[in-house]
Amino acid sequence: MKTTSPITTIIAAIGATVITLAQNWKVAGFIFILIIGAIFPLWASGVFTFQISQLLIYAIAIAGLNLLTGFNGQFSLGHSAFYAIGAYVSAVMMTQWDIPFYLTIPIAAAVCFVFGFLFGLPALRLEGIYLALATFALAIATPQILKFKPVEHLTGGVQGLALFHLKPEAPFGLPFDQDQWTFYVTFAVTILMFFIAFSLVNSRSGRAMKAIRDNQIAAKVTGIDLSLFKTLTFGVSALFTGVAGALSAMLIAFVAPDSFQITLAVAIFVGMVVGGVGWIPGAFLGGLFILFVPNIAEHIAFGLAAFFDLIRKVIPFFPSIGEQSAKGLTGTVYGVFLILLIYIMPSGLAGLLRLAVQRLARARG
Amino acid sequence: MQIKKYGIIPALALGFAVAMAGSASAQTPGVTDKEIKIGNINPYSGPASAYGTIGKSIAAYFKMVNAEGGINGRMVNFISYDDSYSPPKALEQTRKLVESDNVLLMFQPLGTPGNTAIQGYLNGKKVPQLFVATGATKWGDPKKFPWTMGWQPNYQSEGRIYADYILKNYPNAKIGILFQNDDYGKDYVKGLKDGLGAKAKTMIVSEQPYEVADPTVDSQIIALKASGADVFFNASTPKFAAQSIKKMAEIGWKPAHFLNQVSNSVGGVLKPAGFDNAEGIFSTGYLKDQNDPQWKNDAGMKKWFAFMDKYYPDGDKTSSFNVYGYTVAQNLHKVLLAAGKNLTREGVMKAAASMKDLELDLLLPGIKINTSATDFYPIEQNQMMRFKGGNWEFFGPIISGEVRGS
Amino acid sequence: MEQVVQQIIGGLATGAIYACIALSIVMIYQAIDHLNFAQGEMAMFSTYIAWQLMQWGMPYWGAFFITIAISFVLGYVIERAVFKPVHNAPVLSHIVIFIALFAIINSMAGFIWEFTIKPFPTPFGTKSVLGEGLLSAHGAGMIAVTGIMLGFLYLFFRYTRVGLAMRAASANPDSARLVGIRVGFMNALGWGMAAAIGAVAGIMIAPVVFLEPNMMVTILLYGFAGAVVGGLTSPGGAVFGGFAVGVIENLASFVPHFGAEMKLSIALALIILVLTLKPNGLFGRKIVNRV
Repeated sequence: MKTTSPITTIIAAIGATVITLAQNWKVAGFIFILIIGAIFPLWASGVFTFQISQLLIYAIAIAGLNLLTGFNGQFSLGHSAFYAIGAYVSAVMMTQWDIPFYLTIPIAAAVCFVFGFLFGLPALRLEGIYLALATFALAIATPQILKFKPVEHLTGGVQGLALFHLKPEAPFGLPFDQDQWTFYVTFAVTILMFFIAFSLVNSRSGRAMKAIRDNQIAAKVTGIDLSLFKTLTFGVSALFTGVAGALSAMLIAFVAPDSFQITLAVAIFVGMVVGGVGWIPGAFLGGLFILFVPNIAEHIAFGLAAFFDLIRKVIPFFPSIGEQSAKGLTGTVYGVFLILLIYIMPSGLAGLLRLAVQRLARARG
Repeated sequence: MQIKKYGIIPALALGFAVAMAGSASAQTPGVTDKEIKIGNINPYSGPASAYGTIGKSIAAYFKMVNAEGGINGRMVNFISYDDSYSPPKALEQTRKLVESDNVLLMFQPLGTPGNTAIQGYLNGKKVPQLFVATGATKWGDPKKFPWTMGWQPNYQSEGRIYADYILKNYPNAKIGILFQNDDYGKDYVKGLKDGLGAKAKTMIVSEQPYEVADPTVDSQIIALKASGADVFFNASTPKFAAQSIKKMAEIGWKPAHFLNQVSNSVGGVLKPAGFDNAEGIFSTGYLKDQNDPQWKNDAGMKKWFAFMDKYYPDGDKTSSFNVYGYTVAQNLHKVLLAAGKNLTREGVMKAAASMKDLELDLLLPGIKINTSATDFYPIEQNQMMRFKGGNWEFFGPIISGEVRGS
Repeated sequence: MEQVVQQIIGGLATGAIYACIALSIVMIYQAIDHLNFAQGEMAMFSTYIAWQLMQWGMPYWGAFFITIAISFVLGYVIERAVFKPVHNAPVLSHIVIFIALFAIINSMAGFIWEFTIKPFPTPFGTKSVLGEGLLSAHGAGMIAVTGIMLGFLYLFFRYTRVGLAMRAASANPDSARLVGIRVGFMNALGWGMAAAIGAVAGIMIAPVVFLEPNMMVTILLYGFAGAVVGGLTSPGGAVFGGFAVGVIENLASFVPHFGAEMKLSIALALIILVLTLKPNGLFGRKIVNRV
């Protein structure tokens, strides 16, 4: 247990004062989040800090997909590709050209934007299932392209690139270890990205995006340039996911084709639906889900053996599952979890919250 | 019963609870008077879950050790987490094991990418990364990574053994190669090419890669036959090896067939592919095959069958992974015994690096495990063998590989 | 040149696999207006059922038909139990359920039958029927079975009341309901049929690739590609698409320098190209959406 350091107390004190000063609840909420973020790694263990950093990174990626699907009505099962491009751009620049990590984030963002924009062009002609398949194909092809011979000298081929010795340290002799510093960097980028996301969806462009989602033809009639907005949204969405990828390269300190398989694309997609399509803060809940639920499913699966034995005490002919084999049921438990979740909240957590708010309003009114 | 069981509620609370807890004692992490904690990651879900049985058989092995009184009076608590063969998950789970569960060491993490992802971390923390489950060549580099040690013979040295044999017995061969397009397949090809030396260019007439995602390797086999190759080097995983053996018989291609040991399981590859089709295949081995009748009365094999019946009854007795898991667990068992009563991480590494002519139940007769402060390659010996009438016939001497990672 | 011919015929044999599964994809698309990501796993599970029946001593054709019947019931039950309660949920939520089903079926199969590959018998034999082993008897049989299924489906959807009702229920549920079609029941029936066709596909494919829990994962992807290239509304197109993908994939390996290594990527790129030029597939009907 790390003891509360003086820094914590000072930050907390400042925070409290600012909150009392702030009249606007939005500002207060924002400051509150800042304070939590600033204090959190000071008391949390290294591994928990690491996990929360991972969660934030997933949240950025999910928010990126949500901009595309939830706000523009385009579909993607291939966002692992942009995540991979972001991670590799960052990793290659750090290992091959000694570019400092911080600089690689905007470059990865720009590269991913271009890739997303370009992919958005053929996507213009595809809808629904066809777009799903095209993006799915992209996700399948990406690991193969990463280990392709002509780029092998850059990407490290199947062996990938180890960055452990390149992890950024806290600058100016700040008293943070690597986990803490990684978290702060991730946290800062997360705040920036979500600020951009919120501003975007509430801007004129955001309204145009949503108009296209709701009714393409009507949007066109009102003078919205469909192709431009759809491809731009694809680019922005890829940019978000690419930034997440770049951050993950730093957090994991290793990139390899195996890190960016189709399962990652599926995870990002599941995270978006679980968190809520078309609701930006849902990205955090989605991240929470894809990070922790597989772990929980594993523990439950392991516990199933004992559970079955318990039932067998009452019902003797109940099947028994071996303790070792129970681990193989992890996927089953995870799947059941997902189905139950959709049962309880068919439109994700966002839908559930909306429903709750409606009920509350009705009860009051 | 020392294998850790988790309920639902503790699992939910785990993330938070462990976050609050620091290291419990000032002594060696993971060691108390009554317990040794050993960490492991394995793919129990996802596309690589076929390997999950290795983790399960290791858990069963330590259940047996505990039932027989533990190691120097301590019970083994083997904690194994699922990494779904994803490097980021591998790092997350490893950190959980090291920082929250406080394991003494990481044992048998599986897969080259996962191990590469955790190698820097574990060496930085000075936590042993013992007997990694991959045949890549890079795991025995004590100068750079003093806390990492491989175990099985590496792919490159095996490739060299075939090259030597081909040069001696088929000097004018036209060689066709089938390989999986990843680190494992490429390591094999490199070993073969290095072994052939200058003659590699003229002898190899066709190289056909396949992806794990390919449904079949039929088109590769057709292309290899068309290339006119009369020697076939097959570096593929069990499913594809069985497919290729069957397809070769179907299209009547009969080269001298050198099959990598990854896929030489009698029950898992050759029987499904058909014994007739597999007749005459060359391979190398270091483990006894449980489905090979010649070991029916072997003492070590009898022990293994008894172990499977008692401690892993729902395990698959045709899977070579369960022989592998048992053997590698037995090796760790011996290392922990050798490290003595006073267990430390340094002590374990030292014991692992000073194995002398160690023999295990299921290693082929004559194959011995040797390590030293500069030799972090435990098993470096192989024996050539040829498939005849439903079992492997061994021939020639025990061959030592010399390929070391750089 | 000879090698090109060989690869084309080899591609047709693999293409038959894709065509088989593409057909069941189109089938379920007709019935529920969705791509089912768990379709391959359902087929794999059915194949294990057939294997288990034969293991228990049942003859091949007995196991074959009983498996089809069991699969039909399982498909029906999955629709009723899993999808009916959420049929009003958004499409994206449905896809998540497909993903969940995928995870469940895949891990259950590994749990029950382990991961060691299992040989699966063929009723057609493995002798060559064309050239020097270019097309095996089983390959030819598989193509024939696919053709027969296609014929039956064509007749079913064209000329039977149930077939027409199913098409109506998926194409326009509201109107179908107004003319008295039980849309929910039709959906469940479609699931049952798709599962049954998937079972046939799995039983045909397993002798080639060996039976194991992951055997359908990538085949399904190629099947999707085939179905989409051919057009999701056209069973015949899907079969054509399946064969086309098999051949294209094999021919891609002739692209100099990187063909062999990148044939999957090349095939996928071609598919995207086809879709860009013909967004409804080669044989698909254009679906007009009203504003």
